[in-house]
Amino acid sequence: MREIKKVFNSGVTAVDGISFEIAEGEVFGLLGPNGAGKTTTINILATLLKQTSGHASVNGFDCLKEPQRVRENIGIVFQDPSSDDLLTGRENLDLHGLMYGISKAERKKGIASLLELVELADRADERVRFYSGGMRRRLELARGLLHKPKVLFLDEPTLGLDPQSRERVWQYIEGMVKDKELSILLTTHYMEEAERLCNRIAIVDSGKIIVEGSPKELIKGIGGDMVKLKIKDPDMAALEAKDYILSVEKTDSYLILTAHDAKTKLQEILELAGRVESVEMRSPTLNDVFLYYTGREIREGPAEGGFGKRMMTRAKRR
Amino acid sequence: MSVVLGLYAMWLREVKVYMRERSRVVSSIFLPLMWLIVFGKGLGSTISIENISYDVFIYPGIIGMATLFGSLFFGVYIIWDKKVDFLKEVLVSPLSRTTIFLGKVLGGITDVLIQVTILLMLGPLLGVPMTLTKMALAYIVVITLAVAIVSIGLIIGSVMESPEGFGLIVTFVAYPLFFLSGALFPIENIPRWLEPFIYIDPLTYGVDALRQIILGQGRFPLSISYSILLGLAALMVYIGTIAFDRMKAY
Ligand SMILES: Nc1ncnc2c1ncn2[C@@H]1O[C@H](COP(=O)(O)OP(=O)(O)OP(=O)(O)O)[C@@H](O)[C@H]1O
Ligand SMILES: [Mg+2]
Repeated sequence: MREIKKVFNSGVTAVDGISFEIAEGEVFGLLGPNGAGKTTTINILATLLKQTSGHASVNGFDCLKEPQRVRENIGIVFQDPSSDDLLTGRENLDLHGLMYGISKAERKKGIASLLELVELADRADERVRFYSGGMRRRLELARGLLHKPKVLFLDEPTLGLDPQSRERVWQYIEGMVKDKELSILLTTHYMEEAERLCNRIAIVDSGKIIVEGSPKELIKGIGGDMVKLKIKDPDMAALEAKDYILSVEKTDSYLILTAHDAKTKLQEILELAGRVESVEMRSPTLNDVFLYYTGREIREGPAEGGFGKRMMTRAKRR
Repeated sequence: MSVVLGLYAMWLREVKVYMRERSRVVSSIFLPLMWLIVFGKGLGSTISIENISYDVFIYPGIIGMATLFGSLFFGVYIIWDKKVDFLKEVLVSPLSRTTIFLGKVLGGITDVLIQVTILLMLGPLLGVPMTLTKMALAYIVVITLAVAIVSIGLIIGSVMESPEGFGLIVTFVAYPLFFLSGALFPIENIPRWLEPFIYIDPLTYGVDALRQIILGQGRFPLSISYSILLGLAALMVYIGTIAFDRMKAY
């Protein structure tokens, strides 16, 4: 996609000139805080929203001119649950297969093997209403794969999952990438998820890509170690004057430094800073990358209208 | 081929969901029964119109009414699909909006036909002279009317966000259509100034056609009333496909 912009009728600019390209077999991650424009970007690529300007195409098909061809080539797992909870898991999958024109024999085979994969085979004939949030998530993951898409969109695939289920979902995704020629666009605000699954990451904030690269490149790009000091009133000027100190970030009661070769300079840093209550030093993670480029911590809370919340306040319908 | 599968998918889901919601099944069985009993037996067992007892006279009207209400309120389910986000799943599939719309219409017609079948079966018990030919013709009229009105319900549903709002608007549409259609009384007795409204009410032609078929008493020739219904159905399906094309996923 090139220079995609989306301005909602409400006047909100959700996506402000995002461009990227995903190669075949690649896992590309969009990483950003709530409201960054991740879901909006996916919706444009999935032809659910029309962009205000710019050009978007999937597998060579233009999202505006040939939406039907685009839809034939994509699978999507939405951020919010979107299965019919009056139907059973198997019925949901079967319905999906019908909508994609898959023959009866193929549906049967595909559904059986996917249910096995997401470990729902023994619960497949229960209504989705009685599934837990994680089970429903896994069902929708299976659904997104049933028609063998070329490009898979995963909008926060592990939102609201317990660590165990999350680990399992990660394993599925890794497995999927290994044995299928499929590209994945994944959004997340879990750093470890991005670090583990993605070949390439774009950090987005307020509808813009701030930096893009492989997780390793991005971490290396910081060029130093992280030092976190608990300190009342640090001597900012003294610290900033040193050229091996790359950045100084102050939060409420902490001071976060990025320092070149901090291991050998630690003594000096402590002396410069003043009275330090505690100190923590580590190699940088993607979280630090995010902090470094945006000056903000990525929130680790559930996303707006997230899966967990939705499961609890699920609309009782009809 | 995949269009047929797609239509089948949309229809199948409606039927399955319908069968699983006990309140819907129960109300579609008891609502028409209640109307027949309340209006036919209660109000009018002593009145007769043009030598037909009142309960027999309104029988075609009740069928028209069941068709009207069942069809129009079916549109609310498209709003529920938006609410539970199932609509997104349908809209990202390769199915065209036209297929999605037509599949919904089929689902709505099935819903209505279940009610109408119950009513048609009860006819002979109420002393309404029924034959197989009459039944077949009645089904054709009901289906045509249902195509038109289910489409209207879906068109309204496609632009609305809340089931409550939908209910409000549809109630405002449904009751005038019902009362002006002559379902409960012969339209000859109505004041002059109301007449134009009766003529623009599509249900008038549906009820009249049913009455013509079942009781042999209609105001218009069957060919005229049926042509009007057919034209209306075609027009509403056309508008409905446009409305679905414009419908936003968000
Ligand atoms: N239908 C809409 N109408 C108006 N504004 C919208 C709509 N959908 C999203 N927005 C706005 O666009 C911005 C980006 O939203 P988006 O859902 O893309 O964020 P996100 O990165 O997916 O966030 P999250 O992590 O919470 O899922 C937000 O400010 C949001 O309020
Ligand atoms: Mg989102």
